Amino acid sequence: MLSIKNLSVSVESKAILSGLSLEVPAGEVHAIMGPNGAGKSTLSYTLAGKPGYEVTGGSATLDGVDLLSLDPSARAAQGVFLSFQYPLEIPGVPAITFLRTAMNAQRKARGETDISAPDFLRLVRAKAAALKMDFDMLKRALNVGFSGGEKKRMEILQMSVLSPRLAILDETDSGLDIDALRIVSEGVNALRASDRSMLVITHYQRLLDYIRPDRVHVLSAGRIVASGGPELALELEAEGYDKYVRAAA
Amino acid sequence: MSATARAIESGDAGLLPSRRDEDWRWSDLRGLIRAVPAPSPEDLAPLAASPFGNLAEAEMAIVNGRGPAGLTLAAGERRVVALRFVAGAGAGSHVARLAIDLGEGADLVLLETYEGGGQDYLADADLTVSLAAGARLERIVLADDSAAGVSVSRADISLAAGARLAQTVLTTGARRQRLETRVSHPGHGADVRLDGVYLLTARRHADITTIVTHEGVDGTTDQLTKGVADDQARGVFQGRIVVSPGADRTEARMGHHALILSDRAEIDGKPELEIYADDVSCAHGNTVGALDDEALFYARQRGIPETEARAMLMAAFLGEVIDRIAHEGAREIAQAWVASRLEARV
Ligand SMILES: Nc1ncnc2c1ncn2[C@@H]1O[C@H](COP(=O)(O)OP(=O)(O)OP(=O)(O)O)[C@@H](O)[C@H]1O
Ligand SMILES: [Mg+2]
Repeated sequence: MLSIKNLSVSVESKAILSGLSLEVPAGEVHAIMGPNGAGKSTLSYTLAGKPGYEVTGGSATLDGVDLLSLDPSARAAQGVFLSFQYPLEIPGVPAITFLRTAMNAQRKARGETDISAPDFLRLVRAKAAALKMDFDMLKRALNVGFSGGEKKRMEILQMSVLSPRLAILDETDSGLDIDALRIVSEGVNALRASDRSMLVITHYQRLLDYIRPDRVHVLSAGRIVASGGPELALELEAEGYDKYVRAAA
Repeated sequence: MSATARAIESGDAGLLPSRRDEDWRWSDLRGLIRAVPAPSPEDLAPLAASPFGNLAEAEMAIVNGRGPAGLTLAAGERRVVALRFVAGAGAGSHVARLAIDLGEGADLVLLETYEGGGQDYLADADLTVSLAAGARLERIVLADDSAAGVSVSRADISLAAGARLAQTVLTTGARRQRLETRVSHPGHGADVRLDGVYLLTARRHADITTIVTHEGVDGTTDQLTKGVADDQARGVFQGRIVVSPGADRTEARMGHHALILSDRAEIDGKPELEIYADDVSCAHGNTVGALDDEALFYARQRGIPETEARAMLMAAFLGEVIDRIAHEGAREIAQAWVASRLEARV
């Protein structure tokens, strides 16, 4: 379970999150919605440990482990995965090489041995096929020259292969065409598991038609201002954030 | 003959190149060396294995300036030769001279190394290379000088019509180090690739200087040098391409791209194109930047520890140059050479 208590975060000494609390039990999928600039990406970066995101108060634990004291790679080895709102390009490193390096680094950190090359290839081929991705794409430098939608699909492929305990999807639906949205959603649904928590950040109800969240939270001005069931997303779609923005102010 | 060779042979430090020489302003030797060290003694001890392992079918070793003086390939002959410049026991100062002649259509893969051990020396290597019509040379240089050594290497290469030269110099620098290549294309249609990689830490210095003069028509020069400088290291790239009057339809491309990893490191890049002919296509780029922090975080988020992620990004950055090495075995050794030095530095 992911447990965030009273989390406050500053970026360049500007307070962005102020006293945010949230719990995502294992096996559940929670959606976070909220206006632009509310702090959704800040929350995901903070959980992932991005340098420059200074925690000024509160805590965040995953299955009781204090995430905030760990290095980003150690958090990944603990099972934190962030699907980036804007995935980075890694020139010169084939996607398949990157993914294998990542997987083996995580296994090493957990005291496991490297995955064998044939096992790894088999795993990646199966996951890529499920996401209807051309395997040749994995031979190209990671995300270099990929379209916006291709990058998002590559994020979900990495997530499927790395099989995290906590998956944070930051606007993975933005930039996806209608078919890709369905395929990616199916990929996410396939990852639902009793030992996995998922945090899905989105602006659109459409994604939540495919990925039925257990809970929906509204993040505004740096904290969670409302929580509810899937019907909350429908209400937001109809009425906008107005009342929450005012409530937070 | 190079000024450094003259200074060593006469024992007169006043003859060393200094920052007053425009081409040496970032690699001053005169201000660094008060007196020319004593001449290096003969060293007949057996050498360790070549850094190129057993890729070469023949090996020429020049230890403390002593060794073979020439290599000739007959017309049409094909060879893979290791050439080793070694600062051996008791090294002080020495000059090595070597002439390499490739007959028409000959093909040489030259696996050249500079091996400094742990010593303090002043070494100069002068190579004179000539390629007859249609000959091919691929020269791959691994320069492993010592942190205390001062090393100058200069190759003067002339290409007859249709000759092809491909060169990749990889270096970790020295106390002061200059790796200079001068190429003239008097023949028409000559084709040149001149690449470099420098990987510098501590207080090391490396200077990769190239001067290419196109004198015949339809020549091509393609250059790519990439480097990384950390700590208080200093990387220098000076590339000049001269397209002489009449060398029409020359195509020249030159790129120098460096990563600077510390506030106290320094990169000096000077690409120059001098064009006096017609219908010439030339381009050059020169960039110095930092390692991409966003990409670094992305890799760490996936579970790759910071030191490993840095090494991966740097290897990928430098890999673009190494991928251009045509000889497969040498390319693999160059890759491993760079990888082991990136791992050592983290
Ligand atoms: N490096 C930074 N320096 C200063 N302010 C920053 C920095 N990074 C983010 N911010 C600010 O923090 C606030 C929250 O940004 P964040 O990216 O978390 O919003 P978001 O909820 O993800 O928005 P969106 O829906 O547009 O993706 C914004 O006001 C943004 O301008
Ligand atoms: Mg965002």
